[in-house]
Amino acid sequence: MAAPIDAVGVKSNSQQLLVRRIVCYVVLTFFAILSLFPFIMLIINMTKPSGDINKGFSLVPGSFFWKNFKTVVNNKDWKMLSSLRNSLIISGLTAFLSTYFSALTAYAIHVYDFKLRKPMFTFILMIMMVPTQVSALGFVKLMRSFGLLDSFIPLIVPAIAAPATFFFMKQYMESSLPLDIVEAARIDGSGEFRTFNSLILPILKPAIAVQAIFTFVSSWNNYFIPALLLSDKDKRTLPIVIALIRSADYAKFDMGAVYMAIGISIIPVAIVYLILSKFIIRGIALGAVKG
Amino acid sequence: MRRKSISYAKWGYIFTAPFFIAFFVFNLVPLVSTMYNSFFENYLVRGTTQIGPNWVGFANYQELFTKDLGKFFGNTLILQMLGFIPQIFFSLLFASWFTDLRLKLKTGAYKIIFYLPNVIMAAAMGMLFFTLFSQSGPINSVYQSITGAESPYMFFDHIWSQRGIISLINFLMWYGNTTIMLMAAINGIDPSLYESAQIDGANPTQTFWKITIPLIRPILVYVLITSLIGGLQMFDVPQIITNGGESVNRTSMTIVMYLNKHLYSKNYGMAGALSVILFIVAGVLSMLIFMLNRESDGKKKKKKGGKR
Amino acid sequence: MAQLKKILAGTFAVMMTAAVFAGCGDSSSSSNGGAATSGGSDASTADGGNGGGSDVGDLKLTKDARIKQTAQGSDASKNVIKIYTWNDEFKSRLRNFYPSYDKEASKFKINDEGKEEVGEKEYLKNGKEIKWVTTPSDNNAYQNKLDDDLKAQAGSDDKIDMFLVEADYALKYVNGPYVMPVKEIGITDDDIKDQYKYTQEVVTDANGDLEGVTWQATPGLFAYRRDIAKEVLGTDDPTEVQAQLSDWDKFNDVAAKMKEKGYFMLSGYDDSYRTFSNNVKKAWVNNNYEIVVDDNLMKWVDQTKEYTDKGYNNGTSLWNDQWKADQGSSGKVFGFFYSTWGINFTLVEQAEDHAGKKDGLYGKYAVCEGPQAYYWGGTWICAADGTDNVEEVKDIMKYMACDKDTLLNITKTTQDYTNNQPAMEELAKNFSSEFLGGQNHIALFVAAAPKIDCSKMGPYDQGLNESFQAAFKDYFTGNVKSKEEALENFYTKAIEKYSELKKPAN
Repeated sequence: MAAPIDAVGVKSNSQQLLVRRIVCYVVLTFFAILSLFPFIMLIINMTKPSGDINKGFSLVPGSFFWKNFKTVVNNKDWKMLSSLRNSLIISGLTAFLSTYFSALTAYAIHVYDFKLRKPMFTFILMIMMVPTQVSALGFVKLMRSFGLLDSFIPLIVPAIAAPATFFFMKQYMESSLPLDIVEAARIDGSGEFRTFNSLILPILKPAIAVQAIFTFVSSWNNYFIPALLLSDKDKRTLPIVIALIRSADYAKFDMGAVYMAIGISIIPVAIVYLILSKFIIRGIALGAVKG
Repeated sequence: MRRKSISYAKWGYIFTAPFFIAFFVFNLVPLVSTMYNSFFENYLVRGTTQIGPNWVGFANYQELFTKDLGKFFGNTLILQMLGFIPQIFFSLLFASWFTDLRLKLKTGAYKIIFYLPNVIMAAAMGMLFFTLFSQSGPINSVYQSITGAESPYMFFDHIWSQRGIISLINFLMWYGNTTIMLMAAINGIDPSLYESAQIDGANPTQTFWKITIPLIRPILVYVLITSLIGGLQMFDVPQIITNGGESVNRTSMTIVMYLNKHLYSKNYGMAGALSVILFIVAGVLSMLIFMLNRESDGKKKKKKGGKR
Repeated sequence: MAQLKKILAGTFAVMMTAAVFAGCGDSSSSSNGGAATSGGSDASTADGGNGGGSDVGDLKLTKDARIKQTAQGSDASKNVIKIYTWNDEFKSRLRNFYPSYDKEASKFKINDEGKEEVGEKEYLKNGKEIKWVTTPSDNNAYQNKLDDDLKAQAGSDDKIDMFLVEADYALKYVNGPYVMPVKEIGITDDDIKDQYKYTQEVVTDANGDLEGVTWQATPGLFAYRRDIAKEVLGTDDPTEVQAQLSDWDKFNDVAAKMKEKGYFMLSGYDDSYRTFSNNVKKAWVNNNYEIVVDDNLMKWVDQTKEYTDKGYNNGTSLWNDQWKADQGSSGKVFGFFYSTWGINFTLVEQAEDHAGKKDGLYGKYAVCEGPQAYYWGGTWICAADGTDNVEEVKDIMKYMACDKDTLLNITKTTQDYTNNQPAMEELAKNFSSEFLGGQNHIALFVAAAPKIDCSKMGPYDQGLNESFQAAFKDYFTGNVKSKEEALENFYTKAIEKYSELKKPAN
């Protein structure tokens, strides 16, 4: 593990530091290219007509970007833009509810001493790894009986109970939320709820940012459950529409449109990520909790 | 003091209430019905005719254990490890570089780029990698020009090349995420600790092992557990790469993909039984890791206490 | 560790509760304990299987009783024609060719790129709205959605009016309880007299009632590269090439010649599959719900294994990247088994180097009958039982699947081969396809379509075909060493999909 760090001896003078830096940059750049490659492929394919894409991949871009864009956006059977809006609503609220309530729950278990504290914690850990597919059929059946087909509620509200997010928050608090802060706030006369919202949440910002991206992206790309619940063409999410485009033209499969749709679906996530990554970096400045 | 702590207990319940209410309404009810179904013969014939539910006790479980269940757990473990080991190695490395005060790397762009593959949905990743590794794809033309081989290498027809591709996709999609998580943890560490270590003449290796690792251990545990969850739940990438799990004799079919087969056929009994098995394995796994962590944690705390 | 014990105990407690629940709820049926292990015994008795004996004949389904509608369609539902589909094919046909489709109110137009556009809502000329419910068929999503919603139909006030099905699973719905016979809709025998008989057999239920109609017929041909034919066989004339491909032995000889010159005879493992599976002697499932692997399918296995080992094919699978690339100008594959739509749409698309430019291999393919008659694909329109728009459904079915002028118009405009024998024969007298270098391939379709035999079709074909191809792909690639093992794997996959099916006794 430590080999690359070791490699440069004990005391790093400026020259050794330079070597280390170069090594770092070379390795990092290699991985950056590797990570960007899918995007390069994607963007190139977005500019090509379907026929060219079928011929195999080449780095030469085509001239179909605008045409593919219009094909995807103008098609009222797909309603790409309304699905974009739907996905934004669902994923945004999911990320918010999931991080806020997980932080709240983790805070309660971290800070308060109450009878059910341990059993609750144990219970959450136990259910954390259960794959969603396990109860998927039962979940859809239940939502149908609630009359919640073609509704966003079953896709958003369950996010309040997000065991994995909870666990992250709990772990984060263990490493960077000393109880003294809470005590101090109490002495200042701050109410419990206010303490959490105005004092604790800012401290948790880096953790919240990380989990918000995480939750947002997984909700954004979720196909399995939404596909079982949403069929109204005004209610569909992006992955459903992409699946639709992929199978729309039974004999030709317009791959240019498919890649364009994928490209369109990625942009908002990239933006959300860029915004949140600033929070994480600010976390450095905040230095979280001081001694 | 005591009176105070009693009055605060109320807040413990209030703050955790939304979580548990949401869980019971949306998760527990379907979960219990899934478990209930596992003891019944219960499936649909041609999508319309319901067979059962007929009480069969543990027959569904018995049937599962006579089938390839072990193989699918094994596949899941192999794919998980193939993805996880390089992931934790590089993520830890990059996180420590990014936060190294002495290196002063300009890292903003890298951080963003590393995470980016995660935003592409698995289906799209699958499409791109099919293109890359197909018979006349770019990888094969490089391979053929280097080795001079006459025929292309069939990446999707061999067990380990297929597993390798799945793991590569998983790695690409998740290493940035893990790096960020670890960075967030390292950023949470009080910088003065590093400053004083530097003043004491500690080298980067020492500060890494003596300060960084112990202090981010909770998050490391989290990363381990989430990757185990991810591993246990692994579905979409192999599902796409292996044509629903079938390709190369089911050697990359994970346990959830196997579950999906039973969901596909609307066999509630078998799907229920498999779910219960998964549930137990998942529960035991998270407990084990948590316990291990607790135990070593306890030792550390004692040591610290002693020093004080 | 003590805590761990507690947790484990907790886990089991939850399970035990579930078990107790289960025990209470249904103790009366516990005597049926053996049912799960004996596979589909229930199903076979329920459907009148005669238990045992090796020659029990093909599966004979009985038609399920229709379900009494307990709710009326609401006024809103009466004003909406709700159609379930998985892609845009029928949408496009209806928009372009159905006379009562209100193009103006629906804001239908063909844009500069040649793509169809519609407005937010679509209407018929009588003012009723058309609402499409589109679910992609990935991972069986379309059928799951359709099954769930049809199940709810009787008690729902929002009625489904029509749904579309594919050949491979049509019988599932045709013999199911949720479909309304076309006679009851008001389609007469006279209306459908010109349709190809096989297109009706596909959707005829166990009682002999027709349960759906289609606008297309999909006979298959063998599309080959003229340039390669000339180089290897010395001629590109369809009649002469056909003479060299007219049975499987000759076909194999040509494959060897192709290999010598550095070409592949076929692209992948599944290319010839349908020519074998459409010509089986026994259906996939017998009346004991046992899976039957016909000899002809094993012939496909042997042939494909030989082709793979000798390098006669390029190791692709249908619809994958290389398979598509093989059809373009960089391809080294002699030919493809394709039916009507495949030649007129898919192959055209792959053959061109630049979409719509008519370059690349455009004009360099030709078609011939190949060794055996077969068909591939097709979409049928069914009326959902309980529809509250019977008149509109009837009219759509009548125009889209029975009307000679409409069908002739579809073929002339889109080149899709349609389901009207006299119309197609008329068209075949004088037709030339630019893409096929001037060949009159409609004449070949006209000759091939009446030969299609779908008497061995069953409700399980889709899943069993897929599992069979998947199981034997491992055998072709050498990852499974013997046919016996591949066959075992196939049975496992098949029974996983269809719990009511059984492995044959020996």
